[in-house]
Amino acid sequence: MAGKSGRQQWHGGVRTLAGDVWARLKRDRTALACLVVIVVYCLMASWGEWVYWSARVQDVVPIYQVQDFGHRYEPPSGAHWLGTDALGRDVFHRTIQGARIAFRVGIITSLLALPIAMVLGGAAGYFGGRLDECVVWLYSTVASIPSLLLILVIASVVGHGLIGVYLGIGLTTWVGLCRLLRAEFLKHRQLQYVEAARSLGAGHARIIIRHILPNLFHLVIINFSLRFGNAVGTEVILSFLGVGAEGEPSWGIMISDARLRLWQGVWWELAASIGATFFIVLAFNVFGDALRDAMDPRLRMVEGS
Amino acid sequence: MGFGAYAVRRLLYTIPVTLGVMVLLFLLFEAIGGSPARLVLGKSATAESIAEWDAHNGYDLPLLISWEGLLRERSLVGLFDAQLPRYLWRLSRWDFGTSYVTNQPVRRMIFEGIIPSLSLTVPIFIAGFLASIGIALMCALHRKGHLDRIVVFLSVALMSIPYLGYILVGQFWLGYAWGWFPIWGYEGISHLVLPWLIGVVSGLGGNVRFYRTVMLDQVRADFIRTAFAKGCTTRRVLWVHLLRNAMIPILTQVVITIPFLYTGSLLLESFFGIPGLGYIGVHALHTGDRPVLSALVFVGSLLFVLFNVLTDLAYVWMDRRIRLG
Repeated sequence: MAGKSGRQQWHGGVRTLAGDVWARLKRDRTALACLVVIVVYCLMASWGEWVYWSARVQDVVPIYQVQDFGHRYEPPSGAHWLGTDALGRDVFHRTIQGARIAFRVGIITSLLALPIAMVLGGAAGYFGGRLDECVVWLYSTVASIPSLLLILVIASVVGHGLIGVYLGIGLTTWVGLCRLLRAEFLKHRQLQYVEAARSLGAGHARIIIRHILPNLFHLVIINFSLRFGNAVGTEVILSFLGVGAEGEPSWGIMISDARLRLWQGVWWELAASIGATFFIVLAFNVFGDALRDAMDPRLRMVEGS
Repeated sequence: MGFGAYAVRRLLYTIPVTLGVMVLLFLLFEAIGGSPARLVLGKSATAESIAEWDAHNGYDLPLLISWEGLLRERSLVGLFDAQLPRYLWRLSRWDFGTSYVTNQPVRRMIFEGIIPSLSLTVPIFIAGFLASIGIALMCALHRKGHLDRIVVFLSVALMSIPYLGYILVGQFWLGYAWGWFPIWGYEGISHLVLPWLIGVVSGLGGNVRFYRTVMLDQVRADFIRTAFAKGCTTRRVLWVHLLRNAMIPILTQVVITIPFLYTGSLLLESFFGIPGLGYIGVHALHTGDRPVLSALVFVGSLLFVLFNVLTDLAYVWMDRRIRLG
């Protein structure tokens, strides 16, 4: 069996984690539908970025800010698919921009929170001792403060529109994953494969990054998918309360603009912004659950199906 | 380790956490925010009046510790003549100062806001708890059936509707268009029914999902199979065996959400004009009323720390199999 051909043959029979997960996800039609929704929103967000940046580069008023006082509060039509708002701006284009902002919030807050959780959780669980006590104290402290209030306070202290939102959500939502990773690292550092790596002379950094983290990375991916929806929902509330996006059509701003017009029968702006929020949050929630079922072998066995 | 020793250690651990909360609040509100003199004194403030206000309120002191104080007083007490130690001292004596906007003592504002907040959140909490436990039990009985699948999907869908959506749609249709409920004010039960309804429905999805998971964990356990095998009726298994064992995880979940009842609901209270802590909080946020906000956050955190300890102790008390350490 020695030699190159034998090794290749053996490799062909092994199912990788990604392949395994994909095979499971493919069977789950709801999960696939949600994935399609996520991809559609991704395209919307990319298109939004393109519109935003090309208008900035050319130094013109972007299409979603063009005001037309002759066509205020127009119901959906061929020219304006989702109607127009109080200043005659096109609601469809504003909804697209909302997707851009939602994706920015989801991605940037994850880029802040996930590394914090991985570094702190990993170091605390792996090294233990005084460091562990400090990390546990830190996340116990952050977790003790009512989360929405804390995010609101950070966002309002930082100010500057969306930057405050990024920092507020990013710096407070790492606790759950950090706690989980710490517990898992505690367990894994005593397992035989880590001992084997250590006896082969691997350093701490190598063991943490190359050996333990890949075994736990599915937790990070699941967390990413589930947190995305929450971040979008929180941003909508922050923008609505006036500590979020400024002068940009976030869905929260649109809801805030539209709620007073509902009394006059102007329903399309509200429907567009609430609907847009609902479908992306739903897609990420359902997809995150499906991902967890497909990725977490322990849970898979317990479910028994 | 015995239960008593564990309890003492767990109680002692609240001290560093509370200190941490205070330091974090100080950093957020005072260190980053800087002196609020300009906000308090208004646009007519001169440089002198600002400096005077700063000196009077201790904003001219060093932030963390005062080396000058140490030299001046020639004792360690002088070292603590700085903003952070003073802030910690004030908070630990429950001295939250006066509101920048209304000039009322913040402590009184909070006491006055608690009752409207609780009258909103406690009924939501109880009704939501009972409804979701009932639905979750139903799911546990019919697991893997159509009913279960529909409930799971519905609860995820309910979770995904933006909170603002519930409020706006409820207020517009149930309150305004159909005229079933009043939409603004705090003048009795009739004004609270609609916010209660919205609160229960918006929380239902998450609760049902959680309790269903707990119930399913228990349904698979051996003691349920034994109970069925020895001939217990479904009803008996459900109420006696299943629910009693599921109570431990459920109680821990329930007790830990109690502190959140205190802050009320930021959005519900602002939309329906209920003068509770959520309303006060949103108002303070918009006006930059720092003493009110920091007191709200501090009391909320304190309650959370307290109930966290209670949960942990109750957990260990109820389930003595848990290894202490």
